[in-house]
Formats: sequence, structure tokens, C-alpha cells
Amino acid sequence: MEHYTMNLTLKVWRQENSTAQGRFETYQVSNISSEMSFLEMFDVLNEQLVIEGKDPIAFDHDCREGICGSCSMYVDGKPHGPWRHNTVCQLHMRAYKDGDTIVVEPWRAKAFPVIKDLMTDRSAFDRIVQAGGYISVNTGNAVDGNATPIEKEKADNAFGAAMCIQCGACVAACPNTSAMLFTAAKVSHLALLPQGHPERKTRVLDMIAQHDKEGFGSCTNIGACEATCPKDISLSNIARLNKEYRNAALVE
Amino acid sequence: MTWKRAFTSSIGRKIVMSLTGLFLILFLIVHVSINACIFNTLFDAGDKGDTFNRAAYFMGSTFLIRVMEIGLFVLFFIHIIQGLMIASNNSTRRGTPYQIKYGNRGSRWYSRSMGLLGTLILLFLIVHIAQFWVPSRFGQLEEVQVRNGTAMVHNLFLRMEQVFSHLWVVILYVLGCISLGYHLAHGFQSAFRTLGVHNKKYVRMLVVLGNWFSILITIGFISMPVSMYFGWVHQ
Repeated sequence: MEHYTMNLTLKVWRQENSTAQGRFETYQVSNISSEMSFLEMFDVLNEQLVIEGKDPIAFDHDCREGICGSCSMYVDGKPHGPWRHNTVCQLHMRAYKDGDTIVVEPWRAKAFPVIKDLMTDRSAFDRIVQAGGYISVNTGNAVDGNATPIEKEKADNAFGAAMCIQCGACVAACPNTSAMLFTAAKVSHLALLPQGHPERKTRVLDMIAQHDKEGFGSCTNIGACEATCPKDISLSNIARLNKEYRNAALVE
Repeated sequence: MTWKRAFTSSIGRKIVMSLTGLFLILFLIVHVSINACIFNTLFDAGDKGDTFNRAAYFMGSTFLIRVMEIGLFVLFFIHIIQGLMIASNNSTRRGTPYQIKYGNRGSRWYSRSMGLLGTLILLFLIVHIAQFWVPSRFGQLEEVQVRNGTAMVHNLFLRMEQVFSHLWVVILYVLGCISLGYHLAHGFQSAFRTLGVHNKKYVRMLVVLGNWFSILITIGFISMPVSMYFGWVHQ
């Protein structure tokens, strides 16, 4: 694709801290390369702000290769921007053209309070995992691959669920602000494998209890989470979570 | 985990919604089947609404059915109250609203509007119960003798003709049934997902089945006031 440069108008959410009243600020950026990533464009803007003696925009980022789950911008009405199965760090400026206006907001959820500007506190996810999203004994060294046969489809589905990077885009997209796709992915990848079986009942009950305690909404099978997930976590994980919950809640 | 907690967690509430919803779906099948008896007048000139009146009489005739009727009201009540609570609860979880909404990406408007559709159905239901169930149960209806017998039954067929002679009532019923159709289009398959059906083969089947069910139920119920209004079905 041919290289080009562009001038853009950005409307960015600015908020001093978690208690301050936020507002949108409008910024102009010029000579942005089509080969830059979206976050590099923000780096350019921040350097500009620092030179002007202003406070740079705070935003989460780490690996910038779409696997860490830190970046979290709600770009023009969609978490992680316009591309499918993509994190915002992997969104490139060739998605835009000269003269475009881009609106950038933080994830909006009471359970994810804004720390500053576009950064939100997503430790609620950590607490859901801490409630049971692990195997509580040391599983030892890797055993022989043939010692525990696992169906290929189950292994693939477990891997698909384990792809979740905990970015929180599902919560940001969900009209109910539910974290059910995240919780479902964390429950599913263990429920599908033999190592996860002994603790499957307490795991699902504890994780759902924590999910509710954190103040997320409840799932109504809408599907916006699946459509926005950068890792394409399937909605059928939520149905599997429901089955796990049903089997556990009726007997435990 | 106590029983109370099992059914009041976010998933527990969903299970209650899906179970009550599925029972209400069974009720809709019975309801539309009984109502379809009005169309016997098209095939039998001597019917004059007799098939329908006898079927409607049967639906209130025995002790067992009366007990089930109370159960039905309880299920409606639970489904409505629980649904309204879930919808209002979920709407408070966002905090600051988005400047630009997520919109239709990946979901259909009716799956996001179950609370609104449910409220419209509730309003329709109040009018509907006041027009048919109340006068029938509390005996303000004209009675008619069954064909080939001496028993007297309520002439609900006549009641339908009278109620559906007003255009605004027919429009209200059509809108109510369309709301119901969209509510079912999401609710049918969602109920099964909530109960844990995640096998792709079955989910695909249930989505198709749910869509056809919603369409048929909607057309079935709409056809009744419309054919009464235009006089296609009469005594």
C-alpha cells in the first residue's frame, strides 16, 4: 500500500483522576504517517503536548504487539478501533484518511474506574481470576504427551478460550457492562482440560460470585462482546459457563 | 451454596428467566392452538364459533386447569418482575455514558431491547386480560348453547367479534404481537444458551427453530384480530 501522510482532529477524553469531572479535549495532529500505529500517533501527540508544556495523555500500553492486553481505547464507538480481531496497538493509521476526526474514550464501566485520561483500573479482572481461575496444586513437570489423551477439538477450544488477554473490551462493548465473556473464557479453558476437572465446581461458583461482587452487569446473550473481542473468544464459552454453573449450583 | 444464592447470582437470575420463559412459550403454543379453532368457521358453515367456544370453555373447566392457570400467572409475574429488575440493574453498570455508541455491531436491536419489548408486551397483556380473561372468568359474557348438546358456554367468539370491530384495538393487538415476535426471536434461543446448550449443532438448530417459531406465533396471533376485523371469520 502506498505511503501517505495525513492531518487529523482528535477528540480525547481527559480526566485528572478517578474523582475529577472528565471532559473531551480537541487536538490537531499533522503529518501522521499511514505506516504508524495508532499508539505511535498518540506518542507524536504527547511529544507535542510535552513541548507545549502541557500534561501528556495517559494511556495503557505495554507490548504493542497485541498480546499483553494493556491497551484499551474506545475509538469511534468501538473498543480497539475499527478493525476486527485487533487490539488498538495493532491498529494502523492506514485505517484513516486525511481530515478525519477520531473520538477516543476510555473503557466505560463502574467496575473499571478511570485512573487518569484513558487509563482504567481493571484489577477487577485479576480478582475474578484470583477467586478460582487457576489450579491450586503444583502440577509438576510436563508429562508425556500421550499419558493423558485429550480430544483435538477440546484442546483447540481450550486454547481458543485461553487466548483471552484480559483487555476488558467485552465489558466496554457490552450494553449490560457484563464481564461474562471474560469469566467464561477463564472458566472454559480449565473446564475443558482434565487438569481443571477436580476444582471445576467451586471454581465456577467462586468466580461468578466475584464477578457479581465487582459490580459487572449480567449477560443477556446479546453478542456484542464476541464481535469486539480482539482474540475472537466465542460466545459459546458463555453457554459452557452457564452449564458449568448449572451443574455446580444444583449440587454444591 | 444455598438455593437462594444459586438462583440470585447473575447466572441464577438468568436461569429463572429462561425456565419461566420456556414455560410461557409452552403456554403460547396452547393459546395459539385454541384460538386457531376460530378458523373452523371457514370450513364448516354450521360451526358459528362453536368449536372455539367449546375449546375455550375446556380451558377453564377442570380443577387441574384452574390450578395451572394460577401457576401461569405466577410464572408471568416472576418473569416480568425479574426481567424488569435485571434490565434496570444492568442499565446502571456503565456510569459515564459513551459519546459514540457501539450500536448494531455484532448484535441485533431486539436482543438489546428485551426490557423495552417486554414492557410493551406487559402493557398489551393488561389490555388483553381486561378484554377477555376478566369478563370470561367473572361471568359478564353472554352464554350460548353448544352444538349437538344442551350445555351452556360463554360466547367468547362473539366477544372477539365485538372487541375486534374497532380499528384501534386491532392495531394495538398487531403491535403487541410484533413486540412478542421480536421478544421471542431473541428469547427462544437465549433461553437454551442460558441452560447451557453450547453444542454448535444444537445451537444452530435452536436459532433456526426460534426464528421460525417467532414468525409463526406472530403471524398466527395477528391473523385472528385481522380476520375478525375484515369479517373473513364470522358466526
